[in-house]
Amino acid sequence: MVTIAAIIYEPGSTNKNKTGSWRTFRPILDNKKCIKCENCYIFCPEGTIYEDKNGDFKINYDYCKGCLICVNECPVNALTSTREEK
Amino acid sequence: MMDKKQFPREEYFAPGHRGCAGCGASIVARMALKTTGRDTIVVNSTSCLEVFTTPYPESAWRVPWIHTAFECGGAVASGIERAIKALKKRGKYKDRKLVVMPIIGDGGTADIGFQALSGALERGHDIVYIMYDNEAYMNTGVQRSSSTPLFASATTAPAGKVSKGEDNPKKDMAMIAAAHGIPYVATACISYPEDFMRKVKKASDIEGPTFIHVLQPCTIGWGYSTENTIKIGRLAVETGLFPLYEIENGEFKITYKPAKRKPLKEYIRMQKRYRHLTDEDIEILQKHIDEKCRLLGLE
Amino acid sequence: MEKIDIITGTTAAAMAAKLSNVEVIAAYPITPQSHCVEALAKYVADGELDAEFVKVESEHSAMATCIGASATGVRTFTATASQGLALMHEMLYIASGMRLPIVMLNTNRALSAPINIWCDQQDSIAERDSGWIQIYAEDNQETLDSVVQAFKIAEDEEVLLPVMVNIDGFILTHTVEPVAIPDEEKVREYLGIYEPKHAYLDPDRPITQGPVGVPECYMETRKDLNDAIEGSREVIKRVNEEYYKLFNRKYGNGLVEGYNLEDADTVLVAMGSVCGTIKYVINELKEKGKNVGLLRIRTYRPFPKEDVVEMLKDANNVAVLDKNISLGFNMGALGIDVSSVLKNKKVCNYIVGLGGRDITPQDIEEIISHVEGAKDGETKWINLKE
Ligand SMILES: Cc1ncc(C[n+]2csc(CCOP(=O)(O)OP(=O)(O)O)c2C)c(N)n1
Ligand code: SF4
Ligand code: SF4
Ligand SMILES: [Mg+2]
Repeated sequence: MVTIAAIIYEPGSTNKNKTGSWRTFRPILDNKKCIKCENCYIFCPEGTIYEDKNGDFKINYDYCKGCLICVNECPVNALTSTREEK
Repeated sequence: MMDKKQFPREEYFAPGHRGCAGCGASIVARMALKTTGRDTIVVNSTSCLEVFTTPYPESAWRVPWIHTAFECGGAVASGIERAIKALKKRGKYKDRKLVVMPIIGDGGTADIGFQALSGALERGHDIVYIMYDNEAYMNTGVQRSSSTPLFASATTAPAGKVSKGEDNPKKDMAMIAAAHGIPYVATACISYPEDFMRKVKKASDIEGPTFIHVLQPCTIGWGYSTENTIKIGRLAVETGLFPLYEIENGEFKITYKPAKRKPLKEYIRMQKRYRHLTDEDIEILQKHIDEKCRLLGLE
Repeated sequence: MEKIDIITGTTAAAMAAKLSNVEVIAAYPITPQSHCVEALAKYVADGELDAEFVKVESEHSAMATCIGASATGVRTFTATASQGLALMHEMLYIASGMRLPIVMLNTNRALSAPINIWCDQQDSIAERDSGWIQIYAEDNQETLDSVVQAFKIAEDEEVLLPVMVNIDGFILTHTVEPVAIPDEEKVREYLGIYEPKHAYLDPDRPITQGPVGVPECYMETRKDLNDAIEGSREVIKRVNEEYYKLFNRKYGNGLVEGYNLEDADTVLVAMGSVCGTIKYVINELKEKGKNVGLLRIRTYRPFPKEDVVEMLKDANNVAVLDKNISLGFNMGALGIDVSSVLKNKKVCNYIVGLGGRDITPQDIEEIISHVEGAKDGETKWINLKE
């Protein structure tokens, strides 16, 4: 059933849509090299890079579309990319 | 190494949206909402951002959001702002400042929504109007807007045997907004998050209409590979093509000055929309920029 | 206590909006509506009405501003006419599609070209399919009462649709009549405060309004909308009765009003102020021993199909008057609608009063004698100059 006026009452519900399937290249983050500059975190168009409990940046591959902005913007090459195995 | 968190961790713009990989418009929305937080009401006009974030029954927005049509972002925001005032009279939102934030494309701002924008600015509504500029009508297939720069190829201003693409220079929306005498106007670029977010914060703290023109490279429309979105935005600023400034209560201030301006060619040669240009054409554009930078004191 | 004021239709509408405690008004001047927004601006300026008055730069923005305000959850009002209504066209569909109970006064005026500021009903008829409930008032008292009722109908949870109250330009907008002004407290108590359960822009309950209606949902939203306006007939009737109990005035059953229909072989069907002229002619004819009836369509959308069939069941000559013309069909909209619901009955259509052309009692008599001798389906333009 469609809601009245097609109003969406569930905020942020695109998170049901796992855009990770779009990826052809996978960014890989090496926390040992990371200096926590937050570049990858703030530039990600998906908000898919997050800080875990230990303060390490992680990539949520459920949503990462593989644009590789993060790889390009990491000042210390802590991010690299590899072709996605299908 | 950073020892304190630079950027807020709250996410009000959810993943799973259908923006292209590397989309700069998503970055605008994400950064803006990290700044203004949960007490923000977003208005979109018909555009890429609107379409790719709200395919029923899914929404990427975790704040109240509304879209009505293409040309009325300013007017819809005006109504919301006044309704909030009315609700405050009823006792709602006591001591809370809600940020009404239209995030509207260059087409929805500089072209079809120009009148509604001007009305909203002139009437003094307390809004933070963000013009996200990808320099064409991306949602409908990269047609030119009045914000498309000189010599860029767009589908309704294509480069061809006798055409160099867009034949008019980019409309200067920040200066037009400033001419309304509003308290705060700024330019920004997603490649400079601290600068952009500081400006959004400032705008949202100011009572009255504020306008931020933010440049947002677009992989599809500009023709570059997805990882270069930030790099290209940075080049737009480093070349002096898109100067970052703010005008607060009429006072103009450059907020970022490139140490030494990079040659425009570096920026141009990364994008397919300019691939028809000869070195001489680029020289013409370079002269335009040099002149503008001289006027703004960006020498 | 009610008091009587001698006022124009535009003032009556403005007073009704004030009585209804509107919270946001956004409107743009246009003849013959302007006195309505001027009056509202003055109420606000004098502190008599504590509303936000948004001085928008166009009618498109007027409706967009009302949509923004209504979607935030407050009572909103606007007024327009003709070119202004046409400029709003895009936003009218959005207001109804978003299920926002905005109330609007439309002062009926012809559409350009050539430009003409005088009355006909082409402007609102052109918005027939926009999902707005359309009420046509006959006089200034009904204008006031209809605007108040419009809020009650629009905000009813079974309806949640915008309502347009139409009054004939100049004929009602610029003519003073005695109008009973209901007690403000009583009206406010009757309407209560608008507190929507479905549409609000509230950071404590973030929702997304106006998303992309993908093919998997679009048709269902249209069906919902259709169901809502279909269902609104009952609400309109109920409000008409409630209002009668509280304020002692009613307008037929809310949808239609019959006048002298009993034993009337010939019946005129019309909307708006011309019904006053028709009633006058009917009374005159009655004195001469001739029985003619009137079926006044008060609510044009939703169209009172069943009432039209029922109330015209004994008529043999049905003359439908239209202050509009469906170009390419050589009939007016009301004529087309009435013909489509009446089976096996003579229905003729009369195009009258376009762009301010007078409709005199003689014209009405001409229509009556024409329809009695006409064949089914004839269309005649009345009072055309050679
Ligand atoms: C009145 C009207 N005219 C045209 C359109 C088609 N249209 C929808 S979005 C759009 C372009 C949007 O451009 P812009 O504001 O720059 O946003 P972008 O998609 O580039 O982010 C156009 C032309 C429309 N929806 N409404
Ligand atoms: S960009 Fe590189 S250094 Fe900076 S936070 Fe990400 S991985 Fe770490
Ligand atoms: S076309 Fe451009 S602006 Fe639109 S979603 Fe793709 S990258 Fe973003
Ligand atoms: Mg654009």
